[in-house]
Amino acid sequence: MLNLILRRIGIAVPVLLTVITLTFLMVHSAPGGPFDEEKAVSAEVLAKLNERYNLDQPLSTQYFDYLAGVLVGDFGPSFRYPGRSVTELISIGLPITFELALYSILFALCIGVLAGVLGALRPNTALDYIPMSTAMIGICIPSIILGPVLILVFGIWLEWVPVSGWGYMPGDKILPIITLGTAYAAYCARLTRGGMLEILNQDFIRTARAKGLSESRVVVVHALRGGLTPVIAFLGPAMAGLLAGSFVVETIFGIPGLGRFYVEAAFNRDYTMILGSSIFFSFLIVTFNLISDLVAAALNPKLRD
Amino acid sequence: MRYKFFFVCLTVLLIGSCGENIPPVESSYETKILYLGNGTEPKDLDPHTVTGVPESKILMALIEGLVIRHPDGLEPLPGMAKSWDISADGKEYIFYIREALWSNGDEVTAHDFVYAWNRVLMPSLGSKYPDMLYDVVNAEEFNKGLIDEFNLVGVKALDAKTLKVNLKNPAPYFIELLAHYTTRPVHKATIEKHGKIDSLGNQWTRPGNFVGNGPFTLEDWKLNQVIRVKKSPTYWDANRVKLNEIHFLPIDNVTREDFMFRSGRIHVTGSVPTEKIEVYREEYPDQITITPYYGTYYYRININKKPLDSKLVRQALSLSIDREKITAKVAKGGQQPSFSFTPPDPNSYFPPTNLEYNPKKAKELLKDAGYSPESLPPIELLYNTSEGHQKIAEAMQQMWKETLGVDIILTNTDWKVYLSKQTTGDYEIARAGWIGDYQDPKSFLDMMVSGRGNNQTGWSNKDYDNLLIKAANSTTQKERFSHMYEAEKILMDELPIIPIYTYTRIFMKHESVEGWNPNLLDSHAYQYISIKDK
Repeated sequence: MLNLILRRIGIAVPVLLTVITLTFLMVHSAPGGPFDEEKAVSAEVLAKLNERYNLDQPLSTQYFDYLAGVLVGDFGPSFRYPGRSVTELISIGLPITFELALYSILFALCIGVLAGVLGALRPNTALDYIPMSTAMIGICIPSIILGPVLILVFGIWLEWVPVSGWGYMPGDKILPIITLGTAYAAYCARLTRGGMLEILNQDFIRTARAKGLSESRVVVVHALRGGLTPVIAFLGPAMAGLLAGSFVVETIFGIPGLGRFYVEAAFNRDYTMILGSSIFFSFLIVTFNLISDLVAAALNPKLRD
Repeated sequence: MRYKFFFVCLTVLLIGSCGENIPPVESSYETKILYLGNGTEPKDLDPHTVTGVPESKILMALIEGLVIRHPDGLEPLPGMAKSWDISADGKEYIFYIREALWSNGDEVTAHDFVYAWNRVLMPSLGSKYPDMLYDVVNAEEFNKGLIDEFNLVGVKALDAKTLKVNLKNPAPYFIELLAHYTTRPVHKATIEKHGKIDSLGNQWTRPGNFVGNGPFTLEDWKLNQVIRVKKSPTYWDANRVKLNEIHFLPIDNVTREDFMFRSGRIHVTGSVPTEKIEVYREEYPDQITITPYYGTYYYRININKKPLDSKLVRQALSLSIDREKITAKVAKGGQQPSFSFTPPDPNSYFPPTNLEYNPKKAKELLKDAGYSPESLPPIELLYNTSEGHQKIAEAMQQMWKETLGVDIILTNTDWKVYLSKQTTGDYEIARAGWIGDYQDPKSFLDMMVSGRGNNQTGWSNKDYDNLLIKAANSTTQKERFSHMYEAEKILMDELPIIPIYTYTRIFMKHESVEGWNPNLLDSHAYQYISIKDK
């Protein structure tokens, strides 16, 4: 286990360094700068701003200065928001994005596992076909379409829930959670069904049934543990995907999360914020994949070596 | 065990998500809270360093200058200055500061204005609007570092309540500039508690630190969520203020803003989706508002590129544009065809309007310029990615092709690339728009003076520059306008820019909002706004 962790950390360092280097080069080679505005600024003001944000230095100096900062946890000042550091912006956006991702994964698990188990218990019946076909549709509809449709139906026509915001009005979290969670619920459903079908045909399940255990006990106590392994393996990348991919949902619903800062930073050429968020998201993806592997290894001894 | 897990999941979801749902606009009949869609998230709330419209709307609530704008006609009303005297030659202003308090209880004095103007003009602060004060004696010189002593600049506090300002030349629009946020005062002790006078990103603008003198105080600033301001008990005219709070919601997506308005989340929107304008005009005529706006939509021409270096080609391009058709069939938001750079009739300035739609003459001019439809090279038309700009660009492409036979290549880029291409001259024709900062033709015509940052066309004309200098030195408004008229005639003959239409402001407004009167600058002093009782 320790080997696995060390090996993964060993890989993570060059991965992060590559992300930093590539992102740095890309943002600096993109046309348009952070201080280009409709009302043209004078050369004196531009020089002052470049000096303030270290942009008057050669690119290599900027790169190594930035790396040195990152090593001590300093991601630099935001170009878009004077007086705010990238760390401050991440700390404002992250809890919200994390909450959104967490609720969405819970939603995905609740709906997905239930639908998957039902499908596996009655394979090739209506109880299987209906949820699985729905899951396929769920996987296929991108959130950029699902979100506005849900807003129109439940927010505007039925007036059941607010159409945007996060914790600003009661009930405003429902639609974003469903929009972000649906595709993942669909994946969970299909993975659970597959996992469960395999387990339900195993000898130990037959033994459990032969012992006279109730069906619910057989399913919940004996089958789920093994049947959920594919779902658990999926949870790590799913959580990372939810965190990094939440920007679409955050933009549709006006949620002040990290994803929205990230998109805004790209449009505004907020170099330090783009770099900071990229590094942070990469770190999250690496970490969640590691956790997912560790949990899978704990559940399945065959994976430990 | 597993059942418990699902149960916990569901409970967490429900607790996290549900509750009673009353739209804020409905509850505002009681609470008197105004909810506004406010475009992009403000960068900062420092009046001396920001430039955007969203910032200006919030600063209108928080800090008051020497004058405020009348909610209908925009003529200056006394603000922090209870009255003022202007000398006979129009060059000396004496302002008498009223008894007014900052939100921390300190008195507002003339020294606050001297401090503020010193701050704006300091080269080290990097203010983007120092030119607002360039009419003041030595202000430009100080800002450009030609003189170091601020004492030489023409602004003095004669005593705590009297401010004297000396101008280089009589500027009849000067009073109007004093409503602009760049000229507003700041609280010295607060600025210096959180940084130096010229430090960028000073923390004084955070809630809890902010000290203002306006009708509202800053209560909360949640990035990308809301900026909440509350009625100020220390404001000099607090009795007039009817709103308890204003919530400025950053909404940079026009579709989401539309959803939010329709679901009762905001009282007033910043815009309306183009495709919905006609529908709303029919279905909600009471809520959609279309008003003239002091801005011009135009095409900027890079005169350093062939064949656009030829005046005749530029004139031919202008003559091929059917502006009436563009406003009526393409833009469709009540815009007016524009035949001059300056929008018509602010303070009785009537710009020259010799531009016309005349395809026959256009073809002749093209021939005179030595080009035929076959010999004319393709021309690139640059615009920032937007459905509205694209439709207009496509219409222009068609008109120019039909009349002149020229192939127009449409190029759309993101905002920053679009700006950078114009700054560096890497374009041929570019879509552009300009909204006047104040109601005076100078706000437009100054832009095209040789070498100005926003000229960006490569065009330079000595006669034009001289006429604007003469206008600045004129003693009467009539004389001043006549020089400007002549200057604009040159501009519209040379056509480094081709005006297309005069902007309108199109927005939705809930019926409960009162006092939100349309005006040319879309400027609304919140002390005149109220929410009616149900």
